[in-house]
Amino acid sequence: MKRLIAASLAALALGVSAVSAEPVKVGLITTLSGGGAGLGVDARDGLMLALKNAGDAAKDITVVTEDDGQKPELAVQIADKMIQSDQVDILTGIIWSNLAMAVVPSAVAQGKFYLSVNAGPSPLAGPQCNENYFNVAYQNDNFHEAMGQYANETYKNTIIMAPNYPAGTDSLTGFKRYYKNTLAGEIYTQVGQTDYAAEIAQIRASGADSLFIFLPGGMGIAFMKQYAQSGVDIPVIGPGFSFSQDVLPAIGDGAIGVKNSASWAKDLDNAASKKFVETFQAEYGRLPSIYAAQAYDTGSLIVSAANKASVKDAAAFRAALKAADFESVRGKFSFNTNNHPIQDIYVREVVKEGDVLTNKIIATAFTDHGDAYAEQCSLK
Amino acid sequence: MQIALFIEQILNGLQLGVMLFLMAAGLTLIFGVMGLINLAHGSLYMVGAFACAAVAAATGSFWLGLAASLAAAAAAGAIMEVLVIRRLYDRDHLDQVLATFALILVFSEATRWLFGSFPLYLDIPPLLQGTVPLPGGSRYQLYRLAIIGVGIAVAVGMYLLITKTRLGMRIRAGQSDRDMIGALGVDIRLLYTVVFAFGAALAGFAGALVGALQSVQVGMGEPVLILAFVVIVIGGIGSIKGALVGAILVGVTDTLGRFLLPQLFGLMMPPSQAGLVGGALASMLIYIVMAVILAVRPQGLFPAMKG
Repeated sequence: MKRLIAASLAALALGVSAVSAEPVKVGLITTLSGGGAGLGVDARDGLMLALKNAGDAAKDITVVTEDDGQKPELAVQIADKMIQSDQVDILTGIIWSNLAMAVVPSAVAQGKFYLSVNAGPSPLAGPQCNENYFNVAYQNDNFHEAMGQYANETYKNTIIMAPNYPAGTDSLTGFKRYYKNTLAGEIYTQVGQTDYAAEIAQIRASGADSLFIFLPGGMGIAFMKQYAQSGVDIPVIGPGFSFSQDVLPAIGDGAIGVKNSASWAKDLDNAASKKFVETFQAEYGRLPSIYAAQAYDTGSLIVSAANKASVKDAAAFRAALKAADFESVRGKFSFNTNNHPIQDIYVREVVKEGDVLTNKIIATAFTDHGDAYAEQCSLK
Repeated sequence: MQIALFIEQILNGLQLGVMLFLMAAGLTLIFGVMGLINLAHGSLYMVGAFACAAVAAATGSFWLGLAASLAAAAAAGAIMEVLVIRRLYDRDHLDQVLATFALILVFSEATRWLFGSFPLYLDIPPLLQGTVPLPGGSRYQLYRLAIIGVGIAVAVGMYLLITKTRLGMRIRAGQSDRDMIGALGVDIRLLYTVVFAFGAALAGFAGALVGALQSVQVGMGEPVLILAFVVIVIGGIGSIKGALVGAILVGVTDTLGRFLLPQLFGLMMPPSQAGLVGGALASMLIYIVMAVILAVRPQGLFPAMKG
């Protein structure tokens, strides 16, 4: 008995003296197959690169990766398996809001940390916020709000379009929160629609002076190509998702000149961003997208918290996360009371550099922008 | 202006219709001759689009890409028929559905393995870029007009092939009595492979044509496949004529629904709500049409004759 106490005391002493050596196990659930795989691949690569760039500081962090196939039920199974058999401390990686809503509430209820690399559904920012849920990307409305703000200053008569599903209606709501001029029309398309000839004809006939679209993934590619080919010359604006580095090559020159909003672009002038873009290109041979940037920040945040506190001491680790004491590729970054970012949101323009289509920052839509749901969250 | 918009939308409907016809023709031909439900038809569409995008990117010529798409889809179809499909003719439809669903997964992952997860780029050939004026002052995209022309040409070509040639005669014979045509000394295995490859080539051709308008990516075939099934169910399974009429009907109904329903609801509610309700109803419209047609004519519009 005496020996046992002595041994545990020794272990305790050892544990205390080596906080940073506490191993941290991260479960990365993301979309690596199916039509949305491009986003998940970028998120995974961004996070792994952050750990690699951190060198020795990340040597005790291990990552288990699984593909959710963009299916909520599969994501829930993987999360259960990671929590129960892999015994992960932190979950992260989910791209899509419907998957996040299926996984996050039960994961944080089991005392695990969840760090979002992309999805930011409004319930998790408002009434269902949780002290163990941190969003390192944005609240879903943010980019749309930024475009609403920009359009409000620039245009008088905007026609707006989104797919008919929750994120689509949220997008138009976010846009209208800041856009106060006349609307030339509101068009709702089908989710996964591939042909936009009917909508383009309506846009041509609408007499609008600008077009706001939220069409993520393949929908945006199809629309932008058809729009460019149709000869309609109403300027296009939209959130950065449809004009991110992962889809620009597929849209082609039709995207040039489009104004879009995001919290990061590769020409953002800070050391962390420069290092990120350089090492990403060297490692993977392509330019990083916004998804990669957000995941890279998530990786850096995990490293910073793991070196400050033991992940087994939930309160200390939570405080270390909330301090957001890492070098963000977005320059400045801090957490709001609801654990969602306070950050600048930029207006970018698609340009061609040599043969490569990419984004360049042309204006700042918001400085130190939080979200509209923080006051509904009970966290202080 | 309204008239011009309406003409433009009718053309859009026709264009979607002939596109669906290229898919549905192969699907219904394969069902008519072999009695096979091929869920992997959408994968052949994807193969065509990827082949066209890859060859066009490598050579800089859309036309070479188009030729490659026909060859690649026909080859993929023939290989698929010889290796897998041939074993399924005598099995029931559930087995066929399971096996061809598995083929969708195989094709999708193989394509991802070859081309990666990011969508490919394919542009309209320079010859067909630009727009042409329409009566009423609007303009219409030349490429979409060309697709309508090509679709009509394929429909006429198929009619001639099936009614005037020896191959067409055998196809018709295979449709009416599979055992008898075998007994008459026609190499039925070869005929099946040829028909399957032909259907596959049509799907690949459609994929390549649409690839220049849309995004060339893994999984692009499945949404079209669902519409193509709606078309052949409306038109009567096994009937090429039914596929043509069904495809045009679905294309025009879908396009006009998306355009007119929100405006109709706009007369009685605020625009934001009208867009939501009209849009939701428009996405159901073709299925409502299908249900009505099936209630009146359970065999579809042009039931294929079966011996």
